[in-house]
Amino acid sequence: MKSGWWKGLVVPVIVILLAEVAMRVEGSTSLSLAAPSDIAVALLRSIADTSLLAATRDTLIAAGAGLALGGLMGLMLGILFGIASTVDRLMEVSVELIRPIPSVAVLPIAMLVFGFGFRMEIAIVAFSCIWPMMILVRSAMAGIEPRLLEVARALRLSTWQRLYTIVLPAALPRIIVAFRLAAAMALVVAVTVEIAVNPLGLGYGILVAQQGLQPATMLAYLVWTGLLGWAVNALLSVAQHRLLGRAATVGVTR
Amino acid sequence: MRWGSRLLFLAGSVAVAIFLVWLWQLVADNRLVNPVFLPGPDRAWKALMTGFSQGDLGTKLLATVERMFWGWLIASLAGAALGAAIGSSPVLRAYLAPMLEFLRPLPASATIPVAIAIFGLSDGMVLAVIAFGAMWPVLLATIHGFATVEPRLYEVTQALGFSRAKVIWKVALPSASPDILAGMRLGLTVALILSIVCEMIAGRNGLGNWILLSARSFRAPDLYAGVILLGALGYATSAAISMFEQRLLVWRSRAR
Repeated sequence: MKSGWWKGLVVPVIVILLAEVAMRVEGSTSLSLAAPSDIAVALLRSIADTSLLAATRDTLIAAGAGLALGGLMGLMLGILFGIASTVDRLMEVSVELIRPIPSVAVLPIAMLVFGFGFRMEIAIVAFSCIWPMMILVRSAMAGIEPRLLEVARALRLSTWQRLYTIVLPAALPRIIVAFRLAAAMALVVAVTVEIAVNPLGLGYGILVAQQGLQPATMLAYLVWTGLLGWAVNALLSVAQHRLLGRAATVGVTR
Repeated sequence: MRWGSRLLFLAGSVAVAIFLVWLWQLVADNRLVNPVFLPGPDRAWKALMTGFSQGDLGTKLLATVERMFWGWLIASLAGAALGAAIGSSPVLRAYLAPMLEFLRPLPASATIPVAIAIFGLSDGMVLAVIAFGAMWPVLLATIHGFATVEPRLYEVTQALGFSRAKVIWKVALPSASPDILAGMRLGLTVALILSIVCEMIAGRNGLGNWILLSARSFRAPDLYAGVILLGALGYATSAAISMFEQRLLVWRSRAR
């Protein structure tokens, strides 16, 4: 399997070459598509004039801040619901009523409250990060080996000590998996908000290039967004394995 | 006893939800938050009711549901078919899987401007975006499901001399169906989100467009009514697919 890594490159390379040839032969001045070489040039030009990098920075700031805020809230809620099953069961209906609201549906509310800009985008990203984090952390708490909790009881640890020395370390691998999922989602939501209404970041860059009838720039932004998403995921995956070693292979139960 | 306590907790959690709505009403009534941002639940409810009885909220809801459903259906069929083709062939998997993994984290909404450039601001564009975006979870789940079929089942089919189509239809597809359904469930969420975003950007008639216009003209009760409706829609679709899943996977729980 390892020796066949090049196989993954064959199809993309052929597709890119075909697209290049097709666009050249056609001599197309299309307003919706561009030759791969033109896209590459547009990508380099956007990097050179720092517009792409500024947009990347804005998107990452909004996604990161939203992730931090929503992730932390989700983590705390998940821990609370995980250890106090009474609270969990009493909040069940309320949570189930709020959770299915699609993240983009709260977008107009955030727009109304915060106007355009970072705060609105951060609020929406945070809202969408709370739920996966909460649910996965809660199930991580539920998945802790019961004998560990018996030990904690035998040692007469206080709730706080039990949380700190037993529960959190035992649930950590799954919490990190939850964080990874939330991080991937934060980026998607941030780009979505930018495309829909918010005039900043990569999503807005794609939209502006489209409206300016610059297909090469539009596709360059799109490719870059894809690369960014892939890089964030890869980075988090590596970090997860570094941090946890073999414990990183735990499955996520939903 | 256990049933009794479950019922008690259910009643308790309904009571908590009612209490929270009442709290919302209290906050709104006492103007602790600017009423431009936060109308009380009473005003939101009234807006919802007038929207249905006098306005065309029903038509908008139907437009969104229709869009989402067709896009999701196309995505599910295409995703399952492509996934079956790729997943059942180790050669295709070796050549295509890395590219698919690379494309997976791409936000589906980022393809909207490209779709607009190609298809224009039409309903076809919306459908294409939804179908494309919602296809990914199904496609990847199907490939995964096919790749993790119990190898001994394949050995059995070899011993019985099944054709490839028969192997897929009789063995691989049923045993991958839990994965495929999980992918379809994710795809449904994606479809709802993309319908809303497309309606916002392309101005197609529907709930997404309506809540955005309500926000722009500071009609907060209408906005909240729309958000409540979208939440209900999200809940209803997820409940529907849960039921479908249980029906379809009955054999699986029986086997356990």
